[in-house]
This record gives sequence, C-alpha cells and structure tokens, in this order.
Amino acid sequence: MSENTSNSPQAFESNLPKSEDVCIEVRDLRLYYSENEALHGINLDIPKHKVSAFIGPSGCGKSTLLRCFNRMNDLVDNVRIEGSIAIDNNNIYNPKVNVADLRRRVGMVFQKPNPFPKSIYENVAYGLRIQGVNNRRRLDEAVEKALKGAALWDEVKDRLNQSAMGLSGGQQQRLVIARAIAIEPEVLLLDEPASALDPLSTLKIEELIYELKDTYTILIVTHNMQQAARVSDYTAFLYMGDLIEFDETNTIFTNPAKKKTEDYITGRYG
Amino acid sequence: MKNWIKSGAPWIWLSGATVSISLIMVVGLIGLIAVRGLSMYWPGDIHQMDVKNAQGNTEIIAGEIFDSEQVSKERLNDAGIVIETDQHIITRYLVKTGNRDVAGPDFRWVIENNIVAETFPEDIVVFERLEWGNLYGVIESIKEKAEYVVAPGATSAALWLAFNERLARATQLQEEITAIEKTEIGSINYDMERLRLKQRKLELANAFDAAARQNLENEKALLDSQYKSHQNNLANLYREIKRDSVQVKIANGTVVEVPVGHVVRAFKPNAMSIPQKMFFYVKSIWLFMTDDPREANTEGGIYPAIFGTVMMVLIMSVIVTPFGIMAAVYLREYAKQGVVTRTIRIAVNNLAGVPSIVYGVFGLGFFVYFLGGNIDQLFYPESLPAPTFGTPGIMWASLTLALLTVPVVIVATEEGLSRVPISIRQGSLALGATKWETLWKTVLPMASPAMMTGLILAVARAAGEVAPLMLVGVVKLAPSLPLDGDFPYLHLDRKFMHLGFHIFDVGFQSPNVEAARPLVYSTAFLLVCVIIVLNLAAIAIRNRLREKYKGLDH
Repeated sequence: MSENTSNSPQAFESNLPKSEDVCIEVRDLRLYYSENEALHGINLDIPKHKVSAFIGPSGCGKSTLLRCFNRMNDLVDNVRIEGSIAIDNNNIYNPKVNVADLRRRVGMVFQKPNPFPKSIYENVAYGLRIQGVNNRRRLDEAVEKALKGAALWDEVKDRLNQSAMGLSGGQQQRLVIARAIAIEPEVLLLDEPASALDPLSTLKIEELIYELKDTYTILIVTHNMQQAARVSDYTAFLYMGDLIEFDETNTIFTNPAKKKTEDYITGRYG
Repeated sequence: MKNWIKSGAPWIWLSGATVSISLIMVVGLIGLIAVRGLSMYWPGDIHQMDVKNAQGNTEIIAGEIFDSEQVSKERLNDAGIVIETDQHIITRYLVKTGNRDVAGPDFRWVIENNIVAETFPEDIVVFERLEWGNLYGVIESIKEKAEYVVAPGATSAALWLAFNERLARATQLQEEITAIEKTEIGSINYDMERLRLKQRKLELANAFDAAARQNLENEKALLDSQYKSHQNNLANLYREIKRDSVQVKIANGTVVEVPVGHVVRAFKPNAMSIPQKMFFYVKSIWLFMTDDPREANTEGGIYPAIFGTVMMVLIMSVIVTPFGIMAAVYLREYAKQGVVTRTIRIAVNNLAGVPSIVYGVFGLGFFVYFLGGNIDQLFYPESLPAPTFGTPGIMWASLTLALLTVPVVIVATEEGLSRVPISIRQGSLALGATKWETLWKTVLPMASPAMMTGLILAVARAAGEVAPLMLVGVVKLAPSLPLDGDFPYLHLDRKFMHLGFHIFDVGFQSPNVEAARPLVYSTAFLLVCVIIVLNLAAIAIRNRLREKYKGLDH
C-alpha cells in the first residue's frame, strides 16, 4: 500500500501557502474499479483561480482523479468512490447533490474535441438551453461572451450558423472550451486538452488557459511536462494512484521534495 | 494465370457480376410488369376479321388483339381443331371480342390460318360499359324515350356527334347520382345509424325517457325528410338518365340496345391519330388510378386500393416508429446490459423471421377478438351484437403490420444509437445535461437517420405484405374509404382495400381471367410504384437528416 494510506483527513497538512484561497479540498479519496483500487487515498487542496496541473506517467490515475471532480466516473460501471471532495466546502459526493447541477459548476473539456453536430451557435448555447434559457438576446450575449472568452469570436463571428464540424481541430477545441465557459462554471477541468492538436493550436490553447485563470479555477491533466511548466501555477505529481507531491510548479520542476518526482521530471521513467 | 488470381481481379469480376445480375433482375421485373401493365391502356386497333369456323362457314368477329401464341399443329389437333396446312407451327391470336351480354365469352382464340379477310373499319366504336364489359360495334341509331332522334341511315359523323352530346349529358347525370348516393345519402345513413346507436345507448343506461325520445324522433324526422327529398331527386335523375339509348350493330349483325347511362366511355380507336391515342392513353391511366373498381374488380380503377394501402402504411408508420424507437432506447441506453438484454435482442431478431401469416393469426386472435371484443364491450355496447372494433379493420391491420415490422425498427435504431460516440454523450453530460436531456437533444437527433433507415425497411416490408392482412382487415371491395367527411373523419374500424390483396383477388379469384390478367400486371406495377414513392420520401427525409448530423463519421 502507499505511503498516504495512513493519513487520515484530519491529519492532512496542506502545503499551500496561507495566501491562497482553497477552492477544492480532496480528502482521503479512494476509487475502486470493481475490486482494484485505482486511487489510494488522495489528499489535496486546490487553490482558487489558479491553474493546477496533474502530471504523471500513463495509468497513474491523473485523468481518473480529474473525472472525480465532476463525477464523470459515475458513468463507468462498477466504480466505487470513498472519501470526499469539497468544492467551496460542499462535499460533492453527498448523496443529496444533484449531479447535473454539479456539472454546471464544474465544466470539463476532453482530450479529443467533441463538438455536437449542430451549428457553432447552438454548440455554445447548448448548456444554457439545457438550463432553460431561450431568450434570444440573452443567448446571443452569452454566446458572444463565451466565444470571445475562448478567443474564437473573431474567427467564427461571420458563420455562427454553420456546422461546428467544419471547424479545424484547434478551433473545435476552443469551441468546446467556449461551450464549457458559456454556462459560467467555477471550475474548469481540462483533460489533456491539447494532445490531439498541432503545435500552433496548442499554443493558442495555452494562451487561452493563461487568460482564463483569472476567472476560473483550472485543473489540467497533461502528458507534456513543458506544457505543465508553461501554463500552471501548481503541479501535482501522481504515481500509481498515489499523490506523490503537490507544490508550486517552480518548486516541482526545480527542486522537488520527493525522489520519485525528481526521477520522473528528469526523465528516468514514465 | 496465377498472377491474375493473385491480383484479385476474378473476385472483382465475380462481385461485379452478382451486382449486375441483381440489377438486371430488378430492372427486368419492373420492366416486365410495367410493359404488361401499362400496355393494356393503349387504345389498340379494332380488327374486323372474317373467320372460317369449324363448320366451314365464315363468321365476322371484331375486337382487339390481346396476345399471340405459337402452337404446334399436334396440340391443336389434340384439342380437336383440324387445320389443313403443312405448317408445323401455327400462330393463334387471343382476340378480345367483348359483347359478353350477346356473345357469351368475351375472349376468343383465332387461328391465323382461318382468317379469310381482315379490315380496320373506322366506324367501329368501343363502348366501355358499367355492366357486361366492353361492346364493339357500329352505331346504328339513337333513341330518346324510345323514339328515334337520329334514325338508322344517318351519316356516321352525325350519329357520333349526337351520341357524344348525349353521353356527356348522361355522364353529368351519373356524377350527380353518385354524389347523392355516396355522399349525401351515405352520410344520412351514417347519421341514422348514429341515432340508432344513441337510442340504444340511452336504453342501456335506462335513460331513454320521453324527452330523449322526442329529441331523437325529431332528429330522425329531419333526416327522414332529407332522405325523402334526396330519394325524389334520385328518382328524377334515374328517369332522366334512362331517357337515351343507342342502338349498336355488332360484328355478327345483331343490333344491341345500350342505355347511354350505362356507357362510361366510347371511342373509335381505328379513327384516332397517334397524338389522340396518346392523350387517350394518359387519360386511361389516370382513370385507372382514380376510379372505383367495377364488375368484381375486373374493370374500372383501383383508387380505393391505393388509398387503403397508403393509409395503412402511414398508420403503421405512426405506430411502429415511436414504439420501436422507445424499445430500442430502453434496450440500448437504460437497460443494464447482460444476459436478459442479450436474450431480448435475440428474441427481437428472431421475431423478424416469423412467417407473416402467423402474425395475421395472432392479430386476429389478440387484436380483433380479444382487444377489439373488449373495446366493444366497454365502449360500444350499444351496437352489439354487431361488432365495431371486434371485427377486422384498418387499425388492426396496421397494428399487426407494426408488430411485424417493429424488429426492423428496433435493430436499426439500436445500431444508430450505438454509433453515437461516447465523447458526444460525455460532452453533453459535462455541460450539466441529465441523461434524458442528452438523449433527447443530442443522441436521438444523431441517431435519427438510422431510425429512418429502419422505417424505410419497415415500410417496404409492410406495403408488400398480403397474407396477414387477409385475416385482419382487407376486403375485396370496401364500400367506403377509411377517411371521409363524416365525423370523426378517420374511421379506424373500417375494412379497407389493398393493392397486394387486389392482385391476388383479381388474378386468382376473378371470374374473367383473361380480362383480369393485364389488371394484375398494372396493379402490381402500381404497388411497386407506391412502395417506391413511400421509400423515396423516407430516403429524402433521411438524407436531409444525415446532412444535418453528418458529424457522426468524425
């Protein structure tokens, strides 16, 4: 078993500087696929309005952890979750929590762009329509704001009614981000958002993340350590279902506290 | 050679050949029924022939050549026909001589060698009659109230002109009669029946008091007086339509008197030019599609059958689509995948292989007798013992066919649902949509082309099905359409006519086989056309949907 298993929630000492507001508190989070424990008691405080990156070798559980924040793992059969995740002090695994409401507050962008086969406009308006907003003016405003927020407005403002399938991969990914921020979530989860894109589109997405962090608490999973170093304020290193280390990105990349982190960062394995 | 096999070329040739064969068969079949079915409406020349008969006398016959055949002399000899010739193979013609009321059978085989002379007199008129089929002959004279208006000996042009005037008048009267009989009196009868049922209902409820009785009596009296006036009108019209008659001399010299009111159409094919014939041809086909059948379905049109077929298919689609889609959505999206769903899927797939007559028997037993019987007990006790829904009808036929085709829709819809990528579903869920909202707003629209494919297959199967329908609602001749002007307009309890059954009925149950044969072809052709039109409509909708949701392949 891992070194973290002995940590009870109360015993957890956050290593966040006192200056940071805590947005998400993860306490002793364990996740089982059938009988296999995939996350072994994660304890983590995630700062508000900052970008936190999850890095680690393939299969370490970073995507699984990310999907815990909007309860996407509920959709997988035979998944069992123990422990708690509190967003603004509300445990999202409380049985009374409405999952759809939670997902409105915690937006998510996936690895491969997944726009709906609808117009650009309808893609961005989708979340609002789900919430019952049908006022044309309100929708227009929200769509424009979201597309501007996702740095896509100038490219698509003349063809809002065309199919989103006609956009390039990078544009589609920004459209999906626009779709996510149109419903004004508090937290944005990005699951390797640039891994399917070309370098130029990746650059645009990274710039976008940098701009968005003023408004949103952003969690990003990435395979690319340079990317993590470029875009994130904090970095968590996961290994085999354990959270090895979580600290400011600079510290992680220049002076990691744990041997495993250092090995991974210097490329010894992974 | 080895290299040739290795290159895969033989397989390409082989697959190409199978495609060509299928194509040739389809085109050939449709071509055959189209040519056979559509050629009967061409106003062919009337041959007047002097034919030597068995006794050595010469008789004159007139008619259209319908068919020709090569037969061996031996075969004719065996049949008792002796022909003095050296030819081994002899041609014989099937001539439609009409005049069934005078001459008996209206088709005759004529052996080519027996034809002494052949002419095409321009004066010969073909009369299509309401009864007794076609009459071929020359107009002799025209009578009004048994008095000559145009006496024998007048020029043929004068006779033809006078006859056409009177025919136009009679046609007009006939239309009025039909309108009164079918529409006016039809709806009065319908209302009368409704009153009777109302009374019976009140009696059953023990609420048939004096006031109610008075009310009903009043309504009845009103209807009665309306009926009487229509009856008077009708009597007048019938008197009027019987006024004129035309005397026709047929080929053997007999003069036949035909009331002008009995003539549907009359034309002189030998005097018609090609454009005239073409115009006449198009008009004949139009009449075939829009008229009611006559003479045990062997003459006239097949409009009620077209109407019934399309109507039944539409009702079936309306039933089968939501039913199949809901079943598929439950199976694919909500049910826990496991042994049970697998079993259900296998069962559904096997349902598609059950012989259709079994569905017919099931429909009769379950829908008609059980469901229909109970509906009658509950909702129509006043008309018992006469059944309302407890008897075959268009609704039960549509339901039976819906049951027959629901596996196709389920399988196609499931296929479509499974092709909607999981990333799209997750994208919707991650935006705070519930599972239901995701299904309704994203998944189902994306699967809609597949649903249309299922519906197309279902329609194709349902429109061509006959066997189960014979048990659950199709009849040889339906007195009224399932959709008309009488409240509640859509009569789901009525029996209906169907093109497929019409083919069976005309082809195999008809008293006049030769006359019916071309009708079988044209009905079959029309059925194929109806199916093609229904399919094309569905395909057009599907292509639009595909275009709209083409991101699926992404």
